Amino acid sequence: MDDPGRSRLAETILLFCRALRHAGLPVGPGAVIDALAAVAATGIQKREDFAYALRCVLVNDPAQFRLFDQTFHICFRNPLLLAQLLALPLVQPGQATAVAAQDAGIRRLLESLTGSSQAAADDDPSSRDRAGSYSAREILRHKDFAQMSLEEVAEAQRLLREESNIPGTCRSRRFRAGTSGRRYDLRRSMQLMLRCHGQPVQLARKSNEERQHSLVLLCDISGSMSIYSRMFLLYAHTLAAKHRRVHTFVFGTRLTNISRWLRDRDADQAMQKISAQVHDWDGGTRIAESLQQFNLVWSRRVLESNANVVLLCDGLERGSGAELAFQMQRLKRGCRQLIWMNPLLSYRGFEAKASGIRAMRPHVDRFVTAHNLASLDDLRRLLAETPPRRTVRALGVAA
Amino acid sequence: MPDLRPMLPADVDETAALLEAVQYVSNRQLATAVFLALSLNRPLLLEGEAGVGKTELAKVLAQTLHRQLIRLQCYEGLDLASAAYEWNYPRQMVAIRLAEAQGRIAGVNETLYTEENLIERPLLAALRPQLSGPPVLLIDEIDRADEPFEAFLLELLSDFQLSIPEFGVVRAESPPIVVITSNRTREIHDALRRRCLYHWIDYPTLEAESRIVALKASGAAAELRRQMVEFVQVLRSADLFKPPGVAETIDWAHALARLDAAELTAGLIDDTLGSLLKYQDDIARIRGAEAAKILSGILAAA
Repeated sequence: MDDPGRSRLAETILLFCRALRHAGLPVGPGAVIDALAAVAATGIQKREDFAYALRCVLVNDPAQFRLFDQTFHICFRNPLLLAQLLALPLVQPGQATAVAAQDAGIRRLLESLTGSSQAAADDDPSSRDRAGSYSAREILRHKDFAQMSLEEVAEAQRLLREESNIPGTCRSRRFRAGTSGRRYDLRRSMQLMLRCHGQPVQLARKSNEERQHSLVLLCDISGSMSIYSRMFLLYAHTLAAKHRRVHTFVFGTRLTNISRWLRDRDADQAMQKISAQVHDWDGGTRIAESLQQFNLVWSRRVLESNANVVLLCDGLERGSGAELAFQMQRLKRGCRQLIWMNPLLSYRGFEAKASGIRAMRPHVDRFVTAHNLASLDDLRRLLAETPPRRTVRALGVAA
Repeated sequence: MPDLRPMLPADVDETAALLEAVQYVSNRQLATAVFLALSLNRPLLLEGEAGVGKTELAKVLAQTLHRQLIRLQCYEGLDLASAAYEWNYPRQMVAIRLAEAQGRIAGVNETLYTEENLIERPLLAALRPQLSGPPVLLIDEIDRADEPFEAFLLELLSDFQLSIPEFGVVRAESPPIVVITSNRTREIHDALRRRCLYHWIDYPTLEAESRIVALKASGAAAELRRQMVEFVQVLRSADLFKPPGVAETIDWAHALARLDAAELTAGLIDDTLGSLLKYQDDIARIRGAEAAKILSGILAAA
């Protein structure tokens, strides 16, 4: 082991793991030790074995393969360069922008290597008086987000963060000990009996545990939805903080899963991470394509049969209505209830004239508005309620 | 008595050869992952689409290493009593009654929670020493179990031991070979991922799939096999809700062989599409014109 070649190899692997960690992969010290053991076991005669060995120890998500490969390429082609880059204290903006990579992870890698990552700008905590009067609150609750002043927006955001109860539950197949319940808990009964020196006592019981419905939020972030989607994401953040089974996606021209970033406890930090990673804010929208992407790539992974899906979207789609209807149908079939929140509904005299809205409308379980705090409160109630019964006709059969 | 058990492979090449010997078509990456799992004594987490041979790998490992295969199928609500161990309550009851009758109820505690009263379930059984060597423990479709079950597994996977509150800690003398599979209908928690080596089994390449079909469905004619594998490969690149896995390809080959087909025709594809695609939308999209188009592409290229 004292062979200088070996220790240099170990050093390079350490550097490599550090580079991965900088790039955002969850590589802990345990994984580094495993990586060393893995390389010791496979040997370094073949470059590809070496790469695979490291990859299967250090990476546990196929989405990270590309980032790993890039880092591997950089590190093991010229480890000296890597050491220099990691040691660089200064910001080199020129270098980072010259290789403006599209992949956010790879951009992160470059940033970590050149040290030009941007520290999270800290918003000052609001020191406003928190005791709003009841009637002021009521007015705010019913005011359209789009008509709020900046101050009111801030206040509404604060209210959103305050109120975050958890939507309804269903019975799971797991049992928990309890005083009532239809089944006997023999293990606990035995323990109770022993405590009473073998005297038969009342048998212990167990009942089905209650489980939260999982919740999938799909949020349109195109230009026309801007103010509503920002509010909605804050709402999603408060839900994700209390509720483990929340999956959140945003889409403009493409779909992005932002669930992990939303788990950050600080709402501002979470929003900052999201806006750094999502590139189609305030642009156009391709609803059908985004829904198709969700159906193909994500639905099987996040939709359990008891999932509630909330779609925040104005339905203003220029593309073909048939494709949109098909994707909506598919989405509806995979979930417990599909709730469409559309801020346009708040306009008096709203009529579903746009082709997108007409295509989507028949395939949702509930169609509600999403323009103020009160409507977000209503959503909580809807999530807990039993959804309206679906008729076979409403489910539809594919052509 | 000399040890007749097959040795564990000494390097990646041997692992690849071992898998090859039992007709499991793998690639270099999978062989590396298996070799590392065996030599580092780490659980192997296999993810991939349905029907790419995840469960098969565990079976093949048990077969080729001559180890017992202990299988735990996961489902929602799976608990310790059905996954790890359970106490034999009727026997405990009898023991209490007996002690009461003999008037030595004070010491009954020691006789209740003993080895004899412990019923083994798969996880505990996998920790027990066996004549044929440590068994292969297959935890199948872990994504079907709920999160609490993943938490039960953590102790077992990191230290190969189980703590039983009334009894003590059961530790494996030599750790079992653990294979965990997941279809990704739910994301597995990071804590569990961290304890495992990870490998993503992708759909096989054209070459690999041809070999698999030749091995598993030798009844089909060679020309037919070539055409159908190419057809399936094209299908996978279409935007289908559920692209066909290797298991479906093999099923299809059996189906076509049973129908005495010598080569693929558009009519034959339409009639048998149900063994390949399992969603009505997908079938409606491919059946007819689309299938004929893909087929003519394949025939033109040949």
